Amino acid sequence: MNSQLRRAISAALLGSLALGALAGCGEDTKSGSDSKTVTLVTHDSFAASKAVLKEFTKETGYKVRVQAGGDAGAAVNQAILSKGHPQGDVFFGVDNTLLSRALDNDLFTPYTAKGLDKVPAALQLDRAEHRVTPVDFGDICVNYDRKYFADKKLTPPRTLDDLTKPAYKNLLVTENAATSSPGLGFLLATAAKYGDDGWKGYWKKLRANGVEVVDGWEQAYYDRFSGSAGGGKGDRPLVVSYASSPPAEVADAKSKPAKAPTGVATGTCFRQVEFAGLLNGAGNTKGGKALLDFLLGKRFQEDVPLNMYVNPVREDAKLPELFTRYGVRIADSATLAPQKIAKNREPWVKTWSSLVL
Amino acid sequence: MAVPLAFFAVFFAYPVAAIVTRGLRVGGRWRFGRIAEVVTDPATLDVLWFTCWQAVASTALTLAVALPGAYVFARFDFPGKGLLRAVVTVPFVLPTVVAGSAFLALLGRGGLLDELWGVRLDTSVWAILLAHVFFNYAVVVRTVGGLWAQLDPRQEEAARVLGASRPSAWRRVTLPALAPAVAAAALMVFLFTFTSFGVIQILGGPRYATLEVAIYRETAQLLDLPTAAVLTLVQFAAVAAVLALHAWTVRRRESALRLVDPGRTARRPKGPAQWALLWGVLAMVALLIVTPLAVLVERSLNGPDGYGFTYYEALRSAADSGGTFFVAPMEAVGNSLWYAAVATVFALVVGGLAAAALTRKAGRLVRGFDALLMLPLGTSAVTVGFGFLIALDEPPLDLRASWVLVPLAQALVGVPFVVRTMLPVLRAVDHRLREAAAVLGASPWRVWREVDLPLVGRAVAVAAGFAFAVSLGEFGATVFIARPDHPTLPVAIARFLGRAGQLTYGQAMALSTILMLVCAGSLLALERIRTDRSGEF
Repeated sequence: MNSQLRRAISAALLGSLALGALAGCGEDTKSGSDSKTVTLVTHDSFAASKAVLKEFTKETGYKVRVQAGGDAGAAVNQAILSKGHPQGDVFFGVDNTLLSRALDNDLFTPYTAKGLDKVPAALQLDRAEHRVTPVDFGDICVNYDRKYFADKKLTPPRTLDDLTKPAYKNLLVTENAATSSPGLGFLLATAAKYGDDGWKGYWKKLRANGVEVVDGWEQAYYDRFSGSAGGGKGDRPLVVSYASSPPAEVADAKSKPAKAPTGVATGTCFRQVEFAGLLNGAGNTKGGKALLDFLLGKRFQEDVPLNMYVNPVREDAKLPELFTRYGVRIADSATLAPQKIAKNREPWVKTWSSLVL
Repeated sequence: MAVPLAFFAVFFAYPVAAIVTRGLRVGGRWRFGRIAEVVTDPATLDVLWFTCWQAVASTALTLAVALPGAYVFARFDFPGKGLLRAVVTVPFVLPTVVAGSAFLALLGRGGLLDELWGVRLDTSVWAILLAHVFFNYAVVVRTVGGLWAQLDPRQEEAARVLGASRPSAWRRVTLPALAPAVAAAALMVFLFTFTSFGVIQILGGPRYATLEVAIYRETAQLLDLPTAAVLTLVQFAAVAAVLALHAWTVRRRESALRLVDPGRTARRPKGPAQWALLWGVLAMVALLIVTPLAVLVERSLNGPDGYGFTYYEALRSAADSGGTFFVAPMEAVGNSLWYAAVATVFALVVGGLAAAALTRKAGRLVRGFDALLMLPLGTSAVTVGFGFLIALDEPPLDLRASWVLVPLAQALVGVPFVVRTMLPVLRAVDHRLREAAAVLGASPWRVWREVDLPLVGRAVAVAAGFAFAVSLGEFGATVFIARPDHPTLPVAIARFLGRAGQLTYGQAMALSTILMLVCAGSLLALERIRTDRSGEF
């Protein structure tokens, strides 16, 4: 190419880019205050089928606009910071470990969504005021690599106590409780089981038994755990993950195996419940209420498992075959009151860091 | 100067001031007592100490490894040079989670080096330092190499003719000429490693924390804004000290140089010493940069039924099987390219104007302005992201839901690059050339077009490449202001990685490979459309 032509092309390119940028500045900057749109503020793990959201629009006439801001913790904090002047109408994704902070900061307007009678009372953590509505729940549990334990002819661990036994020395990898939500969930599971002070002794034993701590779930599951089909390069057959990880492992396998390659240690779980609520100062209250009803409706609830790999809260929502066949129902998942989590979270994480890291 | 100042006031100073004020003013009263509490806390001091020394060590190591590389890229001609220059920039755009994982495959437990020689560097400071070299190699090669290629080799030859030995000619002629570019590169690497986030957590393990990590935790997780505000001020103070040091070292160094066309200075290596240097640098690049990247490519091709394009094919259909926002990945490529192009235009306009202003004027005020432009590199993404959220929320500037926020945030990081790469070259342009043109009747605009632009063209291309790469890979600010229906490539990769399953993991690797190709391809294309009028000076 000669230099004249080159220059002409680059000038044209830059010019068109600048024009495009200027033209783009004017559009799409309106906040969700027009009455035909309802804005859902959420974290970056939210997912739903296009078809289901279209159905909402068909039923109510509202279009859903989704605005995500970082992980669950960051999204809740952003909502708190823009309190009274929110980025949208409904917030989805505040879980029981963050619930107290959101409620203490007056984030939500009370609303009793339709269909709450189908939700177990144990999941309704704000029953007195209905500031938040439960939408889904999941369990943080230790997963094991079936092949490893079969090859070694070793019974996989089932309970928290098992994990401290010499048979399972140097096999477990978990996440940093300070930065990762499964890491925190696992710490809370031990606090729920062994009590406010007992958990420290437990972690000392776990440490003596060679627990490894890495920064986040991706690193633990894909780089250190031996049982994930995607990564599987690690040498640790036990990992802190979710009860829904085994179904997820099988979800896109071409030929469905009899069993998932990974199993769940059912006595190690902590329950996470996710809530949605109508934001204080929402521009479109009516649309927001309609959206909350929809989130608790059967259609959305049955769409939840295969999109976010969590369980619907409605008892009459049918689970997909993937979950009934490869998943486990955790009957006795540990829980702690949200107020208690809020009060102790920081000191516990500090203590945990000094004990384990 | 007005445009860059306004840009910084609105999109940087105002949001950051807003979030810091929110932390330090409680109930309408300033709480300066908090500052003393946090600053004297031994934990804060530990974090500050670690942050500083790892940044200094990383910068020194990066310079030591990359300066020979800069020389080789500037002075030698070898086949595939352009491609390799693009490849060394690729780490710059990769999400840390992905690059960190590849790096651990090389250095970690059961990694390549572990199997060969039993070397394991995971969760050690060495892993952090080497990863910083991996990520920042291109910064040095591009900024220093860019100027080095334009230095006239005849000046050094003249010194030799006058009786100087080879090392002394280098020390007295070439080194002083290069000093500003080396200082600029060192400053950028320092700021990058000083605010390092993912590398520290993934390769260092949970025991290590930098100020950046602490600020993220206090802001995004604990919502302890007072503490976060103080830590932000501490970060500012440290960055300001470094900027002052940088300004002081280069103040007397930037002088007019004879710049020539880079095409004329590069030649094939001669003699065993030069060949050894070339091969040494190539081996280094192969081991440290190409191998981790190759690991990722290998993973993206290593499907459930042997090697093939299974994961890439899955990407095509991901849009219908996943949720709403698993848009077709090709859309993510388009979004990324669009954001990066817009961010590059912003950065070039703002940075170019700033660099021009800084060349024309001198004085204390101007130096302060120069330092101000560098501050965003030394500020944590979460501070800027949350600042945007609470500051830009009123009409006429309610940009919280606007896509423009993404390239704007990215341009904040791009501008310092543009300024730092253009300034050494602009200041090296002999002022008498401009005066001569003016005397001959050229308008200021024409002077700039005929004198400055041809000489600076290469620096602009380098700067544009950087700004583009920065915004292609930028994740920190994007994640706070993302529109899930318009994901960028790094955001889409993170979504795939956040879920168990072989296919999702493979798709994350495939998307990472696509991101690498997009980055390398864009940089090569940028080099092609350079305004390059060889042999006219």
